[in-house]
Amino acid sequence: MNTEAIKDLLYKMADDQLILGHRNSEWTGMGPLLEEDISFSSMAQDKVGQSYVLYKMLHELGEQEPDTVAFTRNADQFHNCQMVELPNGEYDFSLIRHFFYDNAELLRFQALTSSTYEPLAKAVVKFRGEVRYHVLHANTFIKQLGSSTDEAIAKLQASIDILFPYALGMFEKSKFENELIAEGIFTGEESLIEPWIEAIQKIIDQTSLQLPDYKTIKPINGGRYGTHTKDLQPLVEEMSAVFRVDPTADW
Amino acid sequence: MKLTEEEILVWLEEVKDPEIPVLSLVDLGVITKIAIEDNGKVSVNMTPTFSGCPAMDMMKQEVEESLERKGIANFEVNINFDEPWNSNKISEKGRKALKEFGLAPPPTDTLIVDLDILEHVACPFCDSENTLMKSPFGPTLCRSLHYCNNCKQGFEQFKPINL
Repeated sequence: MNTEAIKDLLYKMADDQLILGHRNSEWTGMGPLLEEDISFSSMAQDKVGQSYVLYKMLHELGEQEPDTVAFTRNADQFHNCQMVELPNGEYDFSLIRHFFYDNAELLRFQALTSSTYEPLAKAVVKFRGEVRYHVLHANTFIKQLGSSTDEAIAKLQASIDILFPYALGMFEKSKFENELIAEGIFTGEESLIEPWIEAIQKIIDQTSLQLPDYKTIKPINGGRYGTHTKDLQPLVEEMSAVFRVDPTADW
Repeated sequence: MKLTEEEILVWLEEVKDPEIPVLSLVDLGVITKIAIEDNGKVSVNMTPTFSGCPAMDMMKQEVEESLERKGIANFEVNINFDEPWNSNKISEKGRKALKEFGLAPPPTDTLIVDLDILEHVACPFCDSENTLMKSPFGPTLCRSLHYCNNCKQGFEQFKPINL
């Protein structure tokens, strides 16, 4: 099997999980209501936990230890899509990102359950069960808030308009796309787009919100190849502050 | 006398979930395989309830200590996803222990397609189904938050997870 192609796939997934997990954790103690504070904190823990499983898989393939990989790289060495690194903004912004991201992720995990790379195929079965709750959480809130007050609808719509091009960047193709598909490791980014649009459209249709036509929107790509916004490096520095002071610290 | 897998499973009953001290890891369903090789080496497979479960390393260590206490010198404890956990793996005894501890056990064989499934969970204190889900996420990854309109108490459920 093409190990470099597998590593590329694992890195982008692990980095997405770690970075969004970190952003979610920034809601701890700051949520608009206690239950949401707890929800974003729990989703953070799930995502960081899943990233750890993926970094361990990378370690088995010859990469460094999970903590080293997570805490010692600079922003331009991360493969996450740009959407996950954007600052949380207000709650509506985090919620729309959560809605876009987790619906895509559930489809990605679903597709990977039949991966020919067995360790990943096994792990995503587990991840899928966990992320189902994330998707249900996002969909429930979008349905309720997206058909509530004018202010809520306007705020959510503004966040959709800003985030949608970034969301399409989730599906930026790997340079190993053909190999991954040919070897049955992954069905490919393109295979996720239509089902993703369908999944989110189904929820949006139950609200007063609107999705742009994705065919007319230019995706904001680059993240998978190390091009990031100015917001990633400060995140990485904060996330790794303790490790950089004392790599043996335990907490 | 020759050691058997069943015997080890009985020993491991003493290892409890660190967050739910009445529930053994065996009843929780996270011990997925025990094998004894010809040379006497014991291997135990474990799998996490949730990928991000922070108690996993502690549970593994306690399984190792339990084997050591029984005089097993040659052993290996692995954490893997060969047989991934879902909430139907909790034994009947485990479900009873959860309820006595004040945690509503997860419904069995229910596919989570909507959060409504978490509404009207039977209250572990008074058994009423006149309850509300407050949040699908709780104080640990495996729990959701509920409120009982009948006995007017908040309670938690051990969440159902399908794969």
